[in-house]
Amino acid sequence: MSATVRLQVNGQPVEVPAGASVAAAVAHWTLHFRTSVSGETRAPLCGMGVCFECRVRIDGVAHQRACITPARDGMQVDSHD
Amino acid sequence: MTERYDVLVVGAGPAGLAAAGTAAAHGARVGLLDAQPRAGGQVWRHDVRKPAPRAAREAIAALHGVNLLAQHSVIASEDGALRVETPEGSALLTYGALVLATGARELLLPFPGWTLPGVSGAGGLQALTKQGWPVAGKRVVIAGSGPLLLAAAATLRAHGAKVVGIHEQASPDSVHAFARQLLHWPARAAQALSLRARLMGVPYRFGSIVRHAHGEDAVRVVEIEDAHGTACVDCDLLAVGYGLVPNVELAQLLGCALDHAPTHPHVQVDELLRTSVPAVFAAGEACGIGGLAAARIEGAIAGHMASGHADEARVLLPERDRARRFGALLARHFAPGSRVHALATPQTLICRCEDVTLGALDGYADARDAKLATRCGMGACQGRICGTALAELGRFPRGAGRPPLFPARLATLAGLATSPSDDASRSTT
Ligand SMILES: Cc1cc2nc3c(=O)[nH]c(=O)nc-3n(C[C@H](O)[C@H](O)[C@H](O)COP(=O)(O)OP(=O)(O)OC[C@H]3O[C@@H](n4cnc5c(N)ncnc54)[C@H](O)[C@@H]3O)c2cc1C
Ligand code: FES
Repeated sequence: MSATVRLQVNGQPVEVPAGASVAAAVAHWTLHFRTSVSGETRAPLCGMGVCFECRVRIDGVAHQRACITPARDGMQVDSHD
Repeated sequence: MTERYDVLVVGAGPAGLAAAGTAAAHGARVGLLDAQPRAGGQVWRHDVRKPAPRAAREAIAALHGVNLLAQHSVIASEDGALRVETPEGSALLTYGALVLATGARELLLPFPGWTLPGVSGAGGLQALTKQGWPVAGKRVVIAGSGPLLLAAAATLRAHGAKVVGIHEQASPDSVHAFARQLLHWPARAAQALSLRARLMGVPYRFGSIVRHAHGEDAVRVVEIEDAHGTACVDCDLLAVGYGLVPNVELAQLLGCALDHAPTHPHVQVDELLRTSVPAVFAAGEACGIGGLAAARIEGAIAGHMASGHADEARVLLPERDRARRFGALLARHFAPGSRVHALATPQTLICRCEDVTLGALDGYADARDAKLATRCGMGACQGRICGTALAELGRFPRGAGRPPLFPARLATLAGLATSPSDDASRSTT
Protein backbone atom coordinates (compact mmCIF):
# COMPACT_ATOMS: atom_id res chain seq x y z
CA MET A 1 0.00 0.00 0.00
CA SER A 2 1.34 3.42 -0.90
CA ALA A 3 1.72 6.04 1.83
CA THR A 4 -0.98 8.20 0.28
CA VAL A 5 -4.38 7.58 -1.23
CA ARG A 6 -5.83 9.53 -4.17
CA LEU A 7 -9.56 9.94 -4.60
CA GLN A 8 -12.11 12.44 -5.89
CA VAL A 9 -14.46 14.55 -3.81
CA ASN A 10 -17.22 16.27 -5.78
CA GLY A 11 -15.08 15.78 -8.88
CA GLN A 12 -11.97 17.36 -7.35
CA PRO A 13 -8.80 15.35 -6.70
CA VAL A 14 -7.70 14.87 -3.07
CA GLU A 15 -4.68 13.14 -1.62
CA VAL A 16 -4.78 11.88 1.97
CA PRO A 17 -2.45 9.69 4.05
CA ALA A 18 -3.08 5.93 3.91
CA GLY A 19 -5.42 5.05 6.77
CA ALA A 20 -7.32 8.35 6.53
CA SER A 21 -11.11 8.34 6.48
CA VAL A 22 -13.37 9.51 3.68
CA ALA A 23 -14.47 12.25 6.12
CA ALA A 24 -10.92 13.60 6.18
CA ALA A 25 -10.81 13.61 2.38
CA VAL A 26 -14.12 15.48 2.11
CA ALA A 27 -12.98 18.06 4.68
CA HIS A 28 -10.10 19.04 2.40
CA TRP A 29 -12.71 20.60 0.08
CA THR A 30 -15.87 21.29 2.01
CA LEU A 31 -17.67 21.08 5.34
CA HIS A 32 -20.95 20.49 3.51
CA PHE A 33 -21.34 16.75 4.02
CA ARG A 34 -25.10 16.44 3.86
CA THR A 35 -28.23 18.60 3.77
CA SER A 36 -30.65 18.09 6.64
CA VAL A 37 -34.42 17.59 6.20
CA SER A 38 -34.99 21.32 6.76
CA GLY A 39 -32.16 22.30 4.40
CA GLU A 40 -29.30 22.97 6.83
CA THR A 41 -25.70 22.16 5.95
CA ARG A 42 -24.26 19.47 8.21
CA ALA A 43 -20.81 18.05 8.93
CA PRO A 44 -19.44 15.30 11.22
CA LEU A 45 -20.37 15.48 14.89
CA CYS A 46 -19.34 12.27 16.66
CA GLY A 47 -16.41 11.10 14.49
CA MET A 48 -17.13 7.49 15.42
CA GLY A 49 -20.09 6.16 13.44
CA VAL A 50 -22.92 7.05 15.83
CA CYS A 51 -24.57 10.30 14.67
CA PHE A 52 -24.88 9.79 10.89
CA GLU A 53 -24.22 13.51 10.23
CA CYS A 54 -21.28 12.63 7.94
CA ARG A 55 -23.28 10.67 5.37
CA VAL A 56 -22.06 11.00 1.77
CA ARG A 57 -22.36 9.14 -1.52
CA ILE A 58 -19.40 6.84 -2.19
CA ASP A 59 -19.01 5.25 -5.63
CA GLY A 60 -22.69 5.86 -6.27
CA VAL A 61 -23.92 4.35 -2.99
CA ALA A 62 -25.76 6.95 -0.90
CA HIS A 63 -25.82 7.36 2.89
CA GLN A 64 -22.36 5.97 3.70
CA ARG A 65 -20.83 7.16 6.97
CA ALA A 66 -17.67 8.99 5.87
CA CYS A 67 -16.08 8.88 9.34
CA ILE A 68 -15.88 5.08 9.51
CA THR A 69 -15.10 4.45 5.85
CA PRO A 70 -11.40 4.31 4.96
CA ALA A 71 -10.39 6.36 1.90
CA ARG A 72 -9.27 4.17 -1.00
CA ASP A 73 -7.52 4.93 -4.28
CA GLY A 74 -9.95 5.89 -7.04
CA MET A 75 -13.02 6.42 -4.85
CA GLN A 76 -15.60 8.90 -6.11
CA VAL A 77 -17.17 10.71 -3.20
CA ASP A 78 -20.09 13.14 -3.48
CA SER A 79 -21.30 15.24 -0.60
CA HIS A 80 -24.32 17.61 -0.48
CA ASP A 81 -26.98 14.87 -0.85
CA MET B 1 -23.11 -17.15 4.91
CA THR B 2 -22.92 -18.57 8.44
CA GLU B 3 -19.77 -18.77 10.57
CA ARG B 4 -19.52 -20.55 13.91
CA TYR B 5 -17.38 -19.42 16.87
CA ASP B 6 -16.94 -20.80 20.37
CA VAL B 7 -16.50 -17.24 21.59
CA LEU B 8 -17.67 -14.20 19.66
CA VAL B 9 -16.52 -10.78 20.90
CA VAL B 10 -18.28 -7.58 19.80
CA GLY B 11 -16.02 -4.53 19.94
CA ALA B 12 -12.25 -4.50 19.31
CA GLY B 13 -11.33 -1.84 21.86
CA PRO B 14 -9.06 -2.61 24.82
CA ALA B 15 -11.76 -4.75 26.50
CA GLY B 16 -12.62 -6.77 23.39
CA LEU B 17 -8.97 -7.27 22.43
CA ALA B 18 -8.18 -8.63 25.91
CA ALA B 19 -11.26 -10.88 25.87
CA ALA B 20 -10.45 -12.31 22.44
CA GLY B 21 -6.76 -12.85 23.18
CA THR B 22 -7.53 -14.52 26.51
CA ALA B 23 -10.23 -16.84 25.15
CA ALA B 24 -8.03 -17.82 22.19
CA ALA B 25 -5.14 -18.63 24.54
CA HIS B 26 -7.44 -21.23 26.11
CA GLY B 27 -7.86 -22.84 22.68
CA ALA B 28 -11.31 -21.45 21.84
CA ARG B 29 -12.23 -20.58 18.26
CA VAL B 30 -12.68 -16.81 18.58
CA GLY B 31 -14.19 -14.14 16.34
CA LEU B 32 -13.60 -10.47 17.17
CA LEU B 33 -15.76 -8.02 15.25
CA ASP B 34 -15.91 -4.26 15.07
CA ALA B 35 -17.75 -1.74 12.93
CA GLN B 36 -14.54 0.28 12.61
CA PRO B 37 -11.98 -0.48 9.91
CA ARG B 38 -9.23 -1.23 12.46
CA ALA B 39 -8.89 -2.75 15.89
CA GLY B 40 -8.15 -0.46 18.85
CA GLY B 41 -11.51 1.00 19.89
CA GLN B 42 -11.60 4.59 21.04
CA VAL B 43 -8.46 5.12 23.06
CA TRP B 44 -6.22 3.08 20.76
CA ARG B 45 -7.69 4.45 17.55
CA HIS B 46 -5.14 4.36 14.73
CA ASP B 47 -3.41 7.72 14.19
CA VAL B 48 -2.20 8.39 10.63
CA ARG B 49 0.64 10.47 12.10
CA LYS B 50 2.13 8.12 14.65
CA PRO B 51 2.58 4.46 15.54
CA ALA B 52 0.14 2.84 17.98
CA PRO B 53 1.09 2.86 21.68
CA ARG B 54 3.00 -0.21 22.83
CA ALA B 55 0.12 -1.64 24.88
CA ALA B 56 -2.12 -1.49 21.81
CA ARG B 57 0.46 -3.17 19.55
CA GLU B 58 0.94 -5.91 22.13
CA ALA B 59 -2.80 -6.49 22.55
CA ILE B 60 -3.22 -6.82 18.78
CA ALA B 61 -0.13 -9.01 18.43
CA ALA B 62 -1.55 -11.32 21.13
CA LEU B 63 -4.51 -12.23 18.95
CA HIS B 64 -3.06 -15.57 17.81
CA GLY B 65 -5.69 -17.51 15.94
CA VAL B 66 -8.41 -14.90 16.48
CA ASN B 67 -10.49 -14.12 13.43
CA LEU B 68 -10.52 -10.31 13.32
CA LEU B 69 -13.65 -9.13 11.52
CA ALA B 70 -13.24 -5.40 10.76
CA GLN B 71 -16.01 -3.26 9.26
CA HIS B 72 -18.59 -5.70 10.64
CA SER B 73 -21.62 -3.94 12.14
CA VAL B 74 -24.05 -5.95 14.23
CA ILE B 75 -27.54 -5.33 12.90
CA ALA B 76 -29.71 -7.83 14.74
CA SER B 77 -29.76 -10.89 16.96
CA GLU B 78 -31.32 -14.22 15.97
CA ASP B 79 -31.37 -16.94 18.60
CA GLY B 80 -27.71 -17.69 19.38
CA ALA B 81 -26.46 -15.79 16.36
CA LEU B 82 -25.73 -12.23 15.29
CA ARG B 83 -26.62 -10.83 11.88
CA VAL B 84 -23.77 -8.57 10.73
CA GLU B 85 -23.39 -6.25 7.78
CA THR B 86 -20.04 -5.97 6.02
CA PRO B 87 -18.96 -3.83 3.06
CA GLU B 88 -19.46 -6.92 0.87
CA GLY B 89 -22.82 -8.10 2.18
CA SER B 90 -24.16 -9.70 5.31
CA ALA B 91 -23.36 -12.77 7.40
CA LEU B 92 -24.76 -14.75 10.30
CA LEU B 93 -22.29 -15.44 13.12
CA THR B 94 -23.24 -18.14 15.62
CA TYR B 95 -21.56 -18.48 19.00
CA GLY B 96 -21.27 -20.63 22.08
CA ALA B 97 -20.54 -17.61 24.27
CA LEU B 98 -20.77 -13.91 23.48
CA VAL B 99 -18.73 -11.05 24.97
CA LEU B 100 -20.19 -7.55 24.64
CA ALA B 101 -17.31 -5.07 24.62
CA THR B 102 -19.21 -2.32 22.83
CA GLY B 103 -17.56 0.53 24.74
CA ALA B 104 -18.89 4.03 25.05
CA ARG B 105 -19.72 7.06 22.96
CA GLU B 106 -19.46 10.72 23.79
CA LEU B 107 -22.24 12.57 25.58
CA LEU B 108 -23.15 15.34 23.12
CA LEU B 109 -25.55 18.00 24.40
CA PRO B 110 -27.51 20.62 22.48
CA PHE B 111 -26.80 24.35 22.62
CA PRO B 112 -27.63 27.14 20.19
CA GLY B 113 -25.45 26.71 17.10
CA TRP B 114 -24.39 23.11 17.76
CA THR B 115 -25.58 21.98 14.32
CA LEU B 116 -23.18 24.34 12.47
CA PRO B 117 -20.46 22.62 10.44
CA GLY B 118 -17.20 22.81 12.37
CA VAL B 119 -18.89 22.02 15.69
CA SER B 120 -18.23 18.44 16.80
CA GLY B 121 -17.62 16.32 19.86
CA ALA B 122 -14.27 16.64 21.65
CA GLY B 123 -13.39 12.94 21.44
CA GLY B 124 -15.17 13.21 18.09
CA LEU B 125 -12.72 15.75 16.71
CA GLN B 126 -9.86 13.75 18.20
CA ALA B 127 -11.08 10.66 16.34
CA LEU B 128 -11.53 12.56 13.07
CA THR B 129 -8.08 14.13 13.42
CA LYS B 130 -6.36 10.81 14.07
CA GLN B 131 -7.88 9.67 10.77
CA GLY B 132 -6.48 12.56 8.77
CA TRP B 133 -9.01 15.40 9.23
CA PRO B 134 -7.09 18.56 8.28
CA VAL B 135 -6.57 20.68 11.42
CA ALA B 136 -3.09 22.15 10.84
CA GLY B 137 -3.17 25.91 11.50
CA LYS B 138 -6.83 25.83 12.54
CA ARG B 139 -7.95 27.67 15.69
CA VAL B 140 -9.81 25.20 17.88
CA VAL B 141 -11.86 25.78 21.04
CA ILE B 142 -12.30 22.65 23.18
CA ALA B 143 -15.05 22.50 25.79
CA GLY B 144 -17.23 20.19 27.83
CA SER B 145 -16.17 17.96 30.67
CA GLY B 146 -13.62 15.45 31.85
CA PRO B 147 -10.03 14.41 31.13
CA LEU B 148 -10.92 13.50 27.54
CA LEU B 149 -10.76 17.24 26.77
CA LEU B 150 -7.03 17.21 27.54
CA ALA B 151 -6.43 14.06 25.50
CA ALA B 152 -8.30 15.58 22.55
CA ALA B 153 -6.35 18.84 22.86
CA ALA B 154 -3.02 16.98 22.89
CA THR B 155 -3.91 15.04 19.72
CA LEU B 156 -5.07 18.22 17.97
CA ARG B 157 -1.92 20.06 18.90
CA ALA B 158 0.26 17.19 17.70
CA HIS B 159 -1.52 17.48 14.33
CA GLY B 160 -0.72 21.19 14.08
CA ALA B 161 -3.94 22.80 15.37
CA LYS B 162 -3.81 25.97 17.43
CA VAL B 163 -5.79 25.12 20.57
CA VAL B 164 -7.20 28.48 21.66
CA GLY B 165 -8.50 27.24 25.02
CA ILE B 166 -9.91 24.29 26.96
CA HIS B 167 -13.13 25.06 28.83
CA GLU B 168 -14.11 22.59 31.55
CA GLN B 169 -17.64 23.00 32.87
CA ALA B 170 -16.87 21.48 36.27
CA SER B 171 -16.17 24.06 38.97
CA PRO B 172 -12.62 24.85 40.08
CA ASP B 173 -13.40 23.21 43.45
CA SER B 174 -14.51 20.02 41.80
CA VAL B 175 -11.49 19.80 39.49
CA HIS B 176 -9.08 20.52 42.35
CA ALA B 177 -10.74 17.86 44.53
CA PHE B 178 -10.30 15.40 41.65
CA ALA B 179 -6.65 16.39 41.27
CA ARG B 180 -6.03 15.70 44.98
CA GLN B 181 -7.58 12.24 44.60
CA LEU B 182 -5.22 11.54 41.71
CA LEU B 183 -2.44 11.19 44.28
CA HIS B 184 -3.91 7.74 45.03
CA TRP B 185 -3.55 6.78 41.36
CA PRO B 186 0.11 7.38 40.50
CA ALA B 187 -0.16 6.11 36.92
CA ARG B 188 -3.12 8.39 36.24
CA ALA B 189 -1.40 11.33 37.89
CA ALA B 190 1.66 10.80 35.69
CA GLN B 191 -0.58 10.65 32.61
CA ALA B 192 -2.32 13.89 33.60
CA LEU B 193 1.00 15.66 34.18
CA SER B 194 2.37 14.52 30.84
CA LEU B 195 -0.78 15.76 29.09
CA ARG B 196 -0.48 19.14 30.82
CA ALA B 197 3.17 19.34 29.73
CA ARG B 198 2.18 18.66 26.12
CA LEU B 199 -0.39 21.44 26.41
CA MET B 200 1.99 24.06 27.76
CA GLY B 201 0.66 27.54 27.02
CA VAL B 202 -2.92 26.44 26.35
CA PRO B 203 -5.40 28.08 28.76
CA TYR B 204 -7.39 25.48 30.79
CA ARG B 205 -10.41 27.15 32.43
CA PHE B 206 -12.80 25.65 34.98
CA GLY B 207 -16.46 26.50 35.50
CA SER B 208 -16.42 27.69 31.90
CA ILE B 209 -19.03 26.74 29.28
CA VAL B 210 -19.71 27.36 25.60
CA ARG B 211 -23.15 28.99 25.43
CA HIS B 212 -23.54 29.61 21.72
CA ALA B 213 -21.79 28.98 18.40
CA HIS B 214 -22.23 31.59 15.67
CA GLY B 215 -21.48 31.53 11.94
CA GLU B 216 -23.14 31.41 8.53
CA ASP B 217 -21.95 28.28 6.76
CA ALA B 218 -19.62 27.14 9.57
CA VAL B 219 -18.72 28.14 13.12
CA ARG B 220 -16.78 31.42 13.32
CA VAL B 221 -17.32 32.76 16.87
CA VAL B 222 -18.21 31.09 20.16
CA GLU B 223 -19.69 32.69 23.25
CA ILE B 224 -18.01 31.45 26.41
CA GLU B 225 -19.34 32.08 29.90
CA ASP B 226 -17.50 31.76 33.19
CA ALA B 227 -17.67 33.35 36.64
CA HIS B 228 -16.35 36.63 35.19
CA GLY B 229 -18.98 36.98 32.46
CA THR B 230 -19.34 36.19 28.77
CA ALA B 231 -16.65 36.57 26.11
CA CYS B 232 -16.66 35.97 22.35
CA VAL B 233 -13.81 33.98 20.85
CA ASP B 234 -13.01 33.53 17.14
CA CYS B 235 -12.31 29.99 15.99
CA ASP B 236 -12.39 27.63 13.00
CA LEU B 237 -13.49 24.52 14.90
CA LEU B 238 -15.36 23.97 18.16
CA ALA B 239 -15.15 20.59 19.89
CA VAL B 240 -17.55 19.99 22.78
CA GLY B 241 -18.04 16.73 24.69
CA TYR B 242 -19.53 16.13 28.13
CA GLY B 243 -17.96 12.78 28.97
CA LEU B 244 -19.03 9.29 27.92
CA VAL B 245 -22.12 7.10 27.92
CA PRO B 246 -22.08 3.30 27.54
CA ASN B 247 -23.24 1.70 24.26
CA VAL B 248 -25.97 -0.65 25.49
CA GLU B 249 -28.13 -1.00 22.39
CA LEU B 250 -26.89 -4.49 21.45
CA ALA B 251 -27.18 -5.73 25.04
CA GLN B 252 -30.71 -4.38 25.15
CA LEU B 253 -31.58 -6.11 21.91
CA LEU B 254 -30.31 -9.41 23.34
CA GLY B 255 -32.56 -8.94 26.37
CA CYS B 256 -29.73 -8.30 28.86
CA ALA B 257 -30.88 -6.44 31.97
CA LEU B 258 -29.59 -2.87 32.21
CA ASP B 259 -28.81 -0.82 35.27
CA HIS B 260 -30.43 2.58 34.80
CA ALA B 261 -28.78 4.46 37.63
CA PRO B 262 -28.28 7.34 37.69
CA THR B 263 -29.03 8.77 34.21
CA HIS B 264 -27.57 6.64 31.44
CA PRO B 265 -27.97 2.86 31.37
CA HIS B 266 -25.10 0.39 31.49
CA VAL B 267 -25.14 -3.39 31.12
CA GLN B 268 -25.84 -5.14 34.40
CA VAL B 269 -23.25 -7.82 35.22
CA ASP B 270 -22.40 -9.94 38.25
CA GLU B 271 -18.93 -10.09 39.75
CA LEU B 272 -17.77 -12.45 37.00
CA LEU B 273 -19.21 -10.24 34.25
CA ARG B 274 -22.17 -12.50 33.43
CA THR B 275 -25.15 -10.57 32.08
CA SER B 276 -28.71 -11.67 32.85
CA VAL B 277 -28.72 -13.73 29.61
CA PRO B 278 -26.95 -17.11 29.77
CA ALA B 279 -23.61 -17.32 27.91
CA VAL B 280 -23.53 -13.55 27.33
CA PHE B 281 -20.80 -11.59 29.13
CA ALA B 282 -20.01 -7.88 29.10
CA ALA B 283 -16.75 -6.01 29.71
CA GLY B 284 -15.32 -2.50 29.61
CA GLU B 285 -17.18 0.78 29.24
CA ALA B 286 -20.41 -1.03 28.24
CA CYS B 287 -20.69 -1.96 31.95
CA GLY B 288 -20.22 1.66 33.03
CA ILE B 289 -17.54 4.25 32.38
CA GLY B 290 -14.36 2.98 34.01
CA GLY B 291 -11.43 3.95 31.80
CA LEU B 292 -8.70 2.04 30.02
CA ALA B 293 -7.35 -0.03 32.95
CA ALA B 294 -10.81 -1.32 33.89
CA ALA B 295 -11.57 -2.16 30.25
CA ARG B 296 -8.39 -4.24 29.87
CA ILE B 297 -8.79 -6.20 33.06
CA GLU B 298 -12.49 -6.83 32.48
CA GLY B 299 -11.76 -8.00 28.97
CA ALA B 300 -9.38 -10.61 30.37
CA ILE B 301 -11.97 -11.70 32.97
CA ALA B 302 -14.66 -12.04 30.31
CA GLY B 303 -12.27 -13.98 28.04
CA HIS B 304 -11.57 -16.49 30.82
CA MET B 305 -15.27 -16.80 31.65
CA ALA B 306 -16.44 -17.16 28.06
CA SER B 307 -14.00 -20.03 27.54
CA GLY B 308 -14.97 -21.72 30.81
CA HIS B 309 -12.08 -20.76 33.12
CA ALA B 310 -13.77 -19.10 36.09
CA ASP B 311 -10.87 -19.76 38.48
CA GLU B 312 -8.48 -17.73 36.37
CA ALA B 313 -11.09 -15.00 36.11
CA ARG B 314 -11.47 -14.80 39.92
CA VAL B 315 -7.78 -14.10 40.40
CA LEU B 316 -8.22 -10.81 38.55
CA LEU B 317 -11.13 -9.47 40.60
CA PRO B 318 -9.21 -7.33 43.13
CA GLU B 319 -7.41 -5.56 40.30
CA ARG B 320 -10.73 -4.93 38.59
CA ASP B 321 -12.29 -3.41 41.71
CA ARG B 322 -9.45 -0.95 42.06
CA ALA B 323 -9.64 0.11 38.42
CA ARG B 324 -13.40 0.58 38.69
CA ARG B 325 -13.06 2.97 41.62
CA PHE B 326 -11.34 5.41 39.28
CA GLY B 327 -14.41 5.52 37.03
CA ALA B 328 -16.59 6.39 40.01
CA LEU B 329 -14.24 9.25 40.83
CA LEU B 330 -14.60 10.69 37.32
CA ALA B 331 -18.39 10.50 37.42
CA ARG B 332 -18.44 12.29 40.78
CA HIS B 333 -16.25 15.23 39.80
CA PHE B 334 -17.14 15.88 36.16
CA ALA B 335 -20.92 15.35 35.90
CA PRO B 336 -22.50 18.12 33.77
CA GLY B 337 -24.04 20.84 35.92
CA SER B 338 -27.38 22.63 35.68
CA ARG B 339 -25.93 25.50 33.61
CA VAL B 340 -25.10 22.98 30.88
CA HIS B 341 -28.56 21.43 31.06
CA ALA B 342 -30.13 24.84 30.52
CA LEU B 343 -28.19 25.78 27.35
CA ALA B 344 -30.69 24.62 24.71
CA THR B 345 -33.55 27.05 24.02
CA PRO B 346 -36.99 26.03 22.67
CA GLN B 347 -35.68 26.89 19.16
CA THR B 348 -32.56 24.69 19.45
CA LEU B 349 -32.70 21.53 17.31
CA ILE B 350 -32.55 18.49 19.54
CA CYS B 351 -33.06 15.73 16.95
CA ARG B 352 -30.50 16.40 14.25
CA CYS B 353 -31.76 13.61 11.99
CA GLU B 354 -35.34 14.89 11.76
CA ASP B 355 -34.69 18.56 12.68
CA VAL B 356 -37.02 18.63 15.70
CA THR B 357 -36.63 21.53 18.16
CA LEU B 358 -36.62 21.15 21.92
CA GLY B 359 -39.77 23.31 22.11
CA ALA B 360 -41.64 20.92 19.79
CA LEU B 361 -41.38 18.24 22.49
CA ASP B 362 -43.26 20.25 25.10
CA GLY B 363 -46.33 18.47 26.39
CA TYR B 364 -45.26 14.89 25.58
CA ALA B 365 -45.02 12.52 28.52
CA ASP B 366 -42.42 10.07 27.22
CA ALA B 367 -39.99 9.41 24.39
CA ARG B 368 -42.48 7.20 22.55
CA ASP B 369 -45.28 9.78 22.46
CA ALA B 370 -42.84 12.47 21.40
CA LYS B 371 -41.43 10.23 18.67
CA LEU B 372 -44.83 9.36 17.20
CA ALA B 373 -45.92 12.99 17.14
CA THR B 374 -42.71 14.77 16.09
CA ARG B 375 -40.44 12.04 14.55
CA CYS B 376 -37.85 12.91 17.25
CA GLY B 377 -35.48 9.95 17.42
CA MET B 378 -36.80 8.31 14.25
CA GLY B 379 -33.88 9.15 12.00
CA ALA B 380 -30.72 7.34 11.04
CA CYS B 381 -29.00 7.57 14.44
CA GLN B 382 -32.08 5.97 15.99
CA GLY B 383 -32.12 8.34 18.92
CA ARG B 384 -28.54 7.66 20.02
CA ILE B 385 -27.78 11.40 20.06
CA CYS B 386 -31.15 13.02 20.90
CA GLY B 387 -32.44 10.25 23.16
CA THR B 388 -29.26 10.34 25.23
CA ALA B 389 -29.34 14.14 25.38
CA LEU B 390 -33.00 14.20 26.45
CA ALA B 391 -32.23 11.72 29.24
CA GLU B 392 -29.33 13.91 30.40
CA LEU B 393 -31.55 17.03 30.32
CA GLY B 394 -34.07 15.21 32.50
CA ARG B 395 -36.81 15.23 29.83
CA PHE B 396 -37.46 11.50 29.25
CA PRO B 397 -35.48 8.31 29.85
CA ARG B 398 -34.26 6.61 26.66
CA GLY B 399 -36.78 4.38 24.92
CA ALA B 400 -35.96 0.77 24.04
CA GLY B 401 -34.37 0.19 20.63
CA ARG B 402 -35.65 -2.10 17.90
CA PRO B 403 -33.78 -3.98 15.20
CA PRO B 404 -31.98 -3.19 13.01
CA LEU B 405 -29.41 -1.70 15.41
CA PHE B 406 -28.08 0.51 12.60
CA PRO B 407 -29.72 1.41 9.30
CA ALA B 408 -28.95 -1.55 7.07
CA ARG B 409 -29.11 -2.34 3.38
CA LEU B 410 -32.39 -3.83 2.21
CA ALA B 411 -30.59 -7.05 1.24
CA THR B 412 -29.38 -7.43 4.85
CA LEU B 413 -32.82 -6.65 6.20
CA ALA B 414 -34.35 -9.24 3.89
CA GLY B 415 -32.19 -11.86 5.63
CA LEU B 416 -33.56 -10.99 9.07
CA ALA B 417 -35.90 -13.43 10.75
CA THR B 418 -37.43 -10.66 12.85
CA SER B 419 -39.23 -7.90 11.01
CA PRO B 420 -37.31 -4.64 11.02
CA SER B 421 -38.81 -1.30 11.96
CA ASP B 422 -39.49 0.46 8.68
CA ASP B 423 -38.42 3.86 9.98
CA ALA B 424 -34.86 2.68 10.42
CA SER B 425 -34.18 1.11 7.05
CA ARG B 426 -31.79 2.95 4.84
CA SER B 427 -34.38 3.32 2.10
CA THR B 428 -36.11 6.06 4.08
CA THR B 429 -33.05 7.94 5.36
C1 LIG C 1 -14.35 9.44 21.19
C2 LIG C 1 -13.62 8.87 22.39
C3 LIG C 1 -12.26 9.17 22.58
C4 LIG C 1 -11.56 8.65 23.67
N1 LIG C 1 -10.24 8.99 23.83
C5 LIG C 1 -9.58 8.55 24.93
C6 LIG C 1 -8.21 8.91 25.15
O1 LIG C 1 -7.61 9.64 24.35
N2 LIG C 1 -7.59 8.46 26.28
C7 LIG C 1 -8.24 7.65 27.19
O2 LIG C 1 -7.65 7.24 28.20
N3 LIG C 1 -9.53 7.28 26.99
C8 LIG C 1 -10.21 7.72 25.91
N4 LIG C 1 -11.53 7.38 25.75
C9 LIG C 1 -12.13 6.52 26.77
C10 LIG C 1 -12.12 5.11 26.24
O3 LIG C 1 -13.41 4.84 25.74
C11 LIG C 1 -11.75 4.00 27.18
O4 LIG C 1 -10.67 4.27 27.99
C12 LIG C 1 -11.47 2.67 26.43
O5 LIG C 1 -11.30 2.86 25.06
C13 LIG C 1 -12.62 1.76 26.68
O6 LIG C 1 -12.41 0.53 26.07
P1 LIG C 1 -13.59 -0.43 25.64
O7 LIG C 1 -12.91 -1.61 25.04
O8 LIG C 1 -14.52 -0.66 26.77
O9 LIG C 1 -14.45 0.34 24.54
P2 LIG C 1 -14.08 1.12 23.19
O10 LIG C 1 -12.68 1.48 23.11
O11 LIG C 1 -15.11 2.18 23.09
O12 LIG C 1 -14.36 0.01 22.06
C14 LIG C 1 -15.66 -0.43 21.71
C15 LIG C 1 -15.65 -0.88 20.26
O13 LIG C 1 -16.89 -1.55 20.00
C16 LIG C 1 -17.31 -1.26 18.69
N5 LIG C 1 -18.77 -1.46 18.62
C17 LIG C 1 -19.72 -0.97 19.45
N6 LIG C 1 -20.94 -1.39 19.08
C18 LIG C 1 -20.78 -2.17 17.98
C19 LIG C 1 -21.67 -2.89 17.12
N7 LIG C 1 -23.02 -2.91 17.32
N8 LIG C 1 -21.14 -3.57 16.07
C20 LIG C 1 -19.80 -3.58 15.87
N9 LIG C 1 -18.90 -2.93 16.65
C21 LIG C 1 -19.38 -2.23 17.68
C22 LIG C 1 -16.88 0.18 18.49
O14 LIG C 1 -16.70 0.45 17.12
C23 LIG C 1 -15.57 0.26 19.26
O15 LIG C 1 -14.44 0.08 18.45
C24 LIG C 1 -12.24 7.85 24.63
C25 LIG C 1 -13.59 7.55 24.43
C26 LIG C 1 -14.29 8.05 23.33
C27 LIG C 1 -15.76 7.71 23.17
S1 FES D 1 -19.49 11.75 12.29
FE1 FES D 1 -21.03 10.76 13.43
S2 FES D 1 -21.42 9.01 12.20
FE2 FES D 1 -19.79 9.95 11.18
